[in-house]
Amino acid sequence: MVVKRQPKVLTGTYFKNGNWAMVEGAIASGIAEFFAYPISPASEIVEYVSYRLPAVGGKAAFIVEDEIASINMCIGASWAGSKVLTATSGPGFSLKQEGLGLAYMTETPLVCLNVQRGGPSTGLPTFSAQGDYMQVQFGSHGDYPVIALTPWSVQECFVLTIEAFNISERLRTPVIILADGEVSRMMEQVTIPKEEEIEVINRKGPKQGIDKTKFKQFDASDQEDLVPPMAHFGEGYKIFGTGLTHTEDGIPKLDEDLHIELIDRIYKKVEINSHLYPEAHTYMVDDAEIVIISTGISARASLEAVLEAREEGIKVGLFRPITVWPFPRDEFEPLAKKADLIVVEMSMGQLIWPVERYARKECTLVKRIGGTPPDPKNILKAIKKLAKK
Amino acid sequence: MEVHQHPEKKHYIITDESRCKGCGLCIEFCPKDCLGYSVEINEKGWRVSKMHRMKDCIKCYMCERMCPDFAIFIGENTKEEGAKD
Amino acid sequence: MAEQSKKIDKSTIIEKPIKEFQHPQESLLRKKAIPTIYCPGCGIGTTINAFLEAISKYCQIPHDQIFVVSGIGCTGRASGYVNLDGFHAIHGRAIPFASGVEIAKPPMKPVIISGDGDLFSIGLGHFAHAARRNIDMTVICVNNAIYGLTGGQDAPTTPVGAKSRTTPYGKISFPFNLSHIAIANGATFCARYTVYEYVQLSKAIARGMNHQGFSFIEVISNCHVHFGRRNNLGDAIAMRQMFKKARKRMNEKDIGLDIHKTDIIFEAGKGFTKIPTGIFLEERDEPEEFSERIIDAYEFIK
Ligand SMILES: Cc1ncc(C[n+]2csc(CCOP(=O)(O)OP(=O)(O)O)c2C)c(N)n1
Ligand code: SF4
Ligand code: SF4
Ligand code: SF4
Ligand SMILES: [Mg+2]
Repeated sequence: MVVKRQPKVLTGTYFKNGNWAMVEGAIASGIAEFFAYPISPASEIVEYVSYRLPAVGGKAAFIVEDEIASINMCIGASWAGSKVLTATSGPGFSLKQEGLGLAYMTETPLVCLNVQRGGPSTGLPTFSAQGDYMQVQFGSHGDYPVIALTPWSVQECFVLTIEAFNISERLRTPVIILADGEVSRMMEQVTIPKEEEIEVINRKGPKQGIDKTKFKQFDASDQEDLVPPMAHFGEGYKIFGTGLTHTEDGIPKLDEDLHIELIDRIYKKVEINSHLYPEAHTYMVDDAEIVIISTGISARASLEAVLEAREEGIKVGLFRPITVWPFPRDEFEPLAKKADLIVVEMSMGQLIWPVERYARKECTLVKRIGGTPPDPKNILKAIKKLAKK
Repeated sequence: MEVHQHPEKKHYIITDESRCKGCGLCIEFCPKDCLGYSVEINEKGWRVSKMHRMKDCIKCYMCERMCPDFAIFIGENTKEEGAKD
Repeated sequence: MAEQSKKIDKSTIIEKPIKEFQHPQESLLRKKAIPTIYCPGCGIGTTINAFLEAISKYCQIPHDQIFVVSGIGCTGRASGYVNLDGFHAIHGRAIPFASGVEIAKPPMKPVIISGDGDLFSIGLGHFAHAARRNIDMTVICVNNAIYGLTGGQDAPTTPVGAKSRTTPYGKISFPFNLSHIAIANGATFCARYTVYEYVQLSKAIARGMNHQGFSFIEVISNCHVHFGRRNNLGDAIAMRQMFKKARKRMNEKDIGLDIHKTDIIFEAGKGFTKIPTGIFLEERDEPEEFSERIIDAYEFIK
């Protein structure tokens, strides 16, 4: 049997779902390996990568013993020089938390797709939710800065996965795609551009010709973006990594000042490079007296409500953070000052935390749990109630 | 570092008092009882391993192999030194 | 004391040696990390020494291709003392990390040096799966029958009757025979030595590394500070003397089909009375290791 090698970038227009598009985004970015453990609603990703990746001449998808193994294998492969992807959902994302903490601490580029499903615990398998918003930021112990992107369409599933890899490679840090079960499985039109039109960024390595024995894996002192160049195993640099607080050459050292310096830099690295993150999407906010803040599938329901309310003459707009962590505070704060705010989300109230914090006032929460997206009618009700006041 | 040379075999035994933790493994397992503790303590407060009777050393490598801290080892004799073994 | 010092023969001291002497393994030590955090006499240091001798003397793999991974524990710090590519993974996850590297870069030769708790308590699942895949790696487990770093709680290797911080009246449950786990799950090379058997250990590590596929070497080591003290087994010296007495050489033929012949015997009050050591398994018709299988498996895609 001979199977024809498939192109890396499937240029064209398709009618496909979000899971498919995220995989295509990852493959277009040039992933070499994929490690995961199946779980709904991310199983489809696992299955599709298993078919696609070997066919483009990548290594293969590895369906391994559990989510803990998969995240740690990703870290290993990344340290060996690969672009790697993992995908999971709900309970699997919980199991990955300690490993993700290691990736943040060792400044390891990788992308994790988290297709949110109903929780807690086994919760509502296969159904959708937006309940991992806080876990993404606070799920692993200790302090670490998170970059998380949220798609609301199949097209965005493709585009944001590429963005996620670019940011991850540039900043030497994990990036999370926070999809929801609905966006990952709904079918719609998606366009994949030509390969040369897709910008793919790779991590920076040590300067050519330097003395390999002097190279330091965590030294960002002469880097404007505070991102240390990354060497890989087998290149002769004798690099070392540890989850312990470490010196610039990666040697464990339990020292107060060193710890502060290291964590500070990791935070600053994410802060000063915020121009690299996708900007928030706004719709009819210029004259809005009411602004809805929502992401993913809830934002689509919210948009419907906004359109209906506008027809009735209510001045309402939509603010949709695409980069949900770090929260796009600078874009949000001016809007928050002049409008009343409604947060629409598929959880008991998580996105509302940063919203209220940066708005410095109480907001209305339209929450929806139970697996299906919020009803635009309920959102419209909330809009009207606020408009009457 | 203290370097001892065997008068005939010409090989060396080197003890590194800055690394030695005074566990005594080399002293105990030396088949010829060549080694012993120092009288003085090192900067970390350990009484360290010292060569006491180099003449008895049979270059069996036991001390180097038992040591967990890379603090005692054998220095090979060079040809010019007229090694016998 | 004064008397002893009189007996010291200082005539052999060379004040100005003709060359600067270095430990034979010096270039393989990450000097910034030395001295080790280990208690005086700990067997982990001896194991590191044996590993370094293995790669510099008995095994031909270029050092640029070797990388050392460990998990968390006293043994977990081992990778940091070796001046090669290395990584200190989280507790129990050294094997998945190393698998990721090996899959991404097959010429690399992963060596895992980690503790009994790290590899066989929290990390047991990964060990079994790596052995099943026959992934090309060498796992060196320092078995001190205890959780050393956390202060001496009982491990799955702590023998029945042995005391620890968490089994003050004696351990009740049965311990693992690590060789049994390795062989049952598909390891293609399996050996055990005590830290007393340095040369054999070093050679076995080299043999394991030269072996293509999953190789496992168990090192019976002394944690005299926790295991020894609570079980009245004395200091590092006394524990190594005990290993010297208790070791019993065995090979594949002696074991036959009865892996229980390799069980370690511990008697409360006496300590280890029998520690079978040797090379327990070496498959010569090596089944293809994992990375090669991956390459072969997708050959049909042209
Ligand atoms: C997830 C997690 N649980 C618990 C610990 C605490 N812990 C660190 S080392 C260790 C046991 C180590 O035992 P072993 O692997 O035998 O190493 P040794 O110190 O004996 O060499 C434990 C329980 C941890 N670091 N991480
Ligand atoms: S080489 Fe052997 S005889 Fe010589 S000091 Fe060392 S252990 Fe003793
Ligand atoms: S074995 Fe090493 S550390 Fe222990 S006493 Fe001898 S030289 Fe010192
Ligand atoms: S606690 Fe035990 S295992 Fe850890 S360094 Fe001390 S003797 Fe070794
Ligand atoms: Mg242990």
